[in-house]
Amino acid sequence: MENEPVVQVSGLVKRYGAKTAVNGLDLVVATGAVTAVLGPNGAGKTTTIETCEGYRRPDAGTVRVLGLDPVADAERLRPRIGVMLQSGGVYSGARADEMLRHMAKLHAHPLDVDALIERLGLADCGRTTYRRLSGGQQQRLSLAMAVVGRPELVFLDEPTAGLDPGARRSTWDLVRELRADGVSVVLTTHFMDEAEALADDVAIIDAGRVIAQGSPEQLCRGGAENTLRFTGRPGLDLGSLVKALPDGSGAAEPLPGTYRITGSVDPQLLATVTSWCAQHGVMPEGISVERHTLEDVFLELTGKKLTGKELRA
Amino acid sequence: MSAGTYTPRPGAAPLPRMIAAQTALETRMLLRNGEQLLLTVIIPTLLLVLFSAVDIVDTGSGASVDFLAPGVLALAVMSTAFTGQAIATGFERRYGVLKRLGASPLPRWALMTAKTLSVLVTEVLQIALLTAIAFALGWSPEGNPLSVLLLLVLGTAAFSGLGLLMAGTLKAEATLAAANLVFLLLLVGGGVIVPLDKFPDAVQSVLGLLPVSALSEGLRDVLQHGASMPWGQAGILVVWAVLGLGAAARFFRWE
Repeated sequence: MENEPVVQVSGLVKRYGAKTAVNGLDLVVATGAVTAVLGPNGAGKTTTIETCEGYRRPDAGTVRVLGLDPVADAERLRPRIGVMLQSGGVYSGARADEMLRHMAKLHAHPLDVDALIERLGLADCGRTTYRRLSGGQQQRLSLAMAVVGRPELVFLDEPTAGLDPGARRSTWDLVRELRADGVSVVLTTHFMDEAEALADDVAIIDAGRVIAQGSPEQLCRGGAENTLRFTGRPGLDLGSLVKALPDGSGAAEPLPGTYRITGSVDPQLLATVTSWCAQHGVMPEGISVERHTLEDVFLELTGKKLTGKELRA
Repeated sequence: MSAGTYTPRPGAAPLPRMIAAQTALETRMLLRNGEQLLLTVIIPTLLLVLFSAVDIVDTGSGASVDFLAPGVLALAVMSTAFTGQAIATGFERRYGVLKRLGASPLPRWALMTAKTLSVLVTEVLQIALLTAIAFALGWSPEGNPLSVLLLLVLGTAAFSGLGLLMAGTLKAEATLAAANLVFLLLLVGGGVIVPLDKFPDAVQSVLGLLPVSALSEGLRDVLQHGASMPWGQAGILVVWAVLGLGAAARFFRWE
């Protein structure tokens, strides 16, 4: 059992009317790991997660969670998983502690509710009812509800969306504590840094399919390499630029007017690039040197930028 | 919290404990909601007191409270099992409460059981209050309490089915508007405070088939006239219950 994946999705297809939300998706989630399902809005993240939670019936393909069919074996599966919905899920007239205590009562061996309230900073919600809590408090309550039953596996759908940087880090810490105690975590996010910081394994989803999966290090294979970026006139002759660079270097224009040079970035290479630009009458702007990131991988694979970058801490 | 705090130890609580907890929470939510209390407690109480004290509507021979008390009991059942339950459940559906509970260890049938128990608990409180007020106003009920109980249970089943059907199929705002409108129309046209024989004969026979009329007329037959068991009205309630609960089971959407 130890090595059996907690989630196995193969060939999942889910349509809503004429729209195909998930289109032949394969996903394997390892036991005891934090797995991030990363992708832009509308990529099929929530549909995939909600199929694993038993809310959606696949149109094609198979889904197994803890070895069970989430729809047919729902009553056996549900006590073993924790679920954090993207929003809502609480009686508008309930207080945070009241709802959490209630969820605890539905489980056989729940966590200590008072300690959990303290841990997630929900004590200051006091007697305020759910509809009057701040967005961040509502998110933290929802997270608490997902873990209070001491599940083997938790699904967190955008757990840090709309949180301020402090609350975000606190949520990350909780995810790390869950992992350290042997809880498997599947989370969706459209934050690259979140996936990089938290996940043992990242599945990149676009247009309803997993287009890459691996550890952040594997995905950023060029991790040891440096990247030189600059912006300039769109449509520069990359062939000519690469010829000017040392062997093993690469040049790409992931977005029009945005250039990325990969390879061993040293002062010599920087000088080569700027002199090539000078020869071609290009003013390179915003020159920066950085490590290859998941953002690059995503851009490379999809030609798209992820949204939500402005929320980076 | 220290290392090992979150070490998995999953499991559902025993079913009776889950259902008891869910019933208690549902009841608390209902009693905390001002609009719900207006519908379930204040309006029936006011109608009972006002129309008993002031002879606005001709309620036939005998003390008006003897006519009004059974009607107001029927109204109380409708306000909780139909109007209140429809509105509350409609918003629970809209705000993802039903969805979230659907991923908890509480099975769906147990959630519906808890909702029903919560309705029954509320009705017991309502009936205790209204009965006490009616006695204070000089009510002298007759008949068999078991017949009254059976009618109340059948009425609850009929109204619950219709309320859940509405909550599970319409948008929350539409449910809110429709449930209140139906409450008002049935209050006037359902034999609650206005005797059905005030309406023209043709209208009367149609109104008599409404669940609230069946319940109020049935209760009146027993409590005011000492009938043993009004089978006709009980039959009407059974038909509504079967249709309503059947349609709710078939068409209810959890999200």
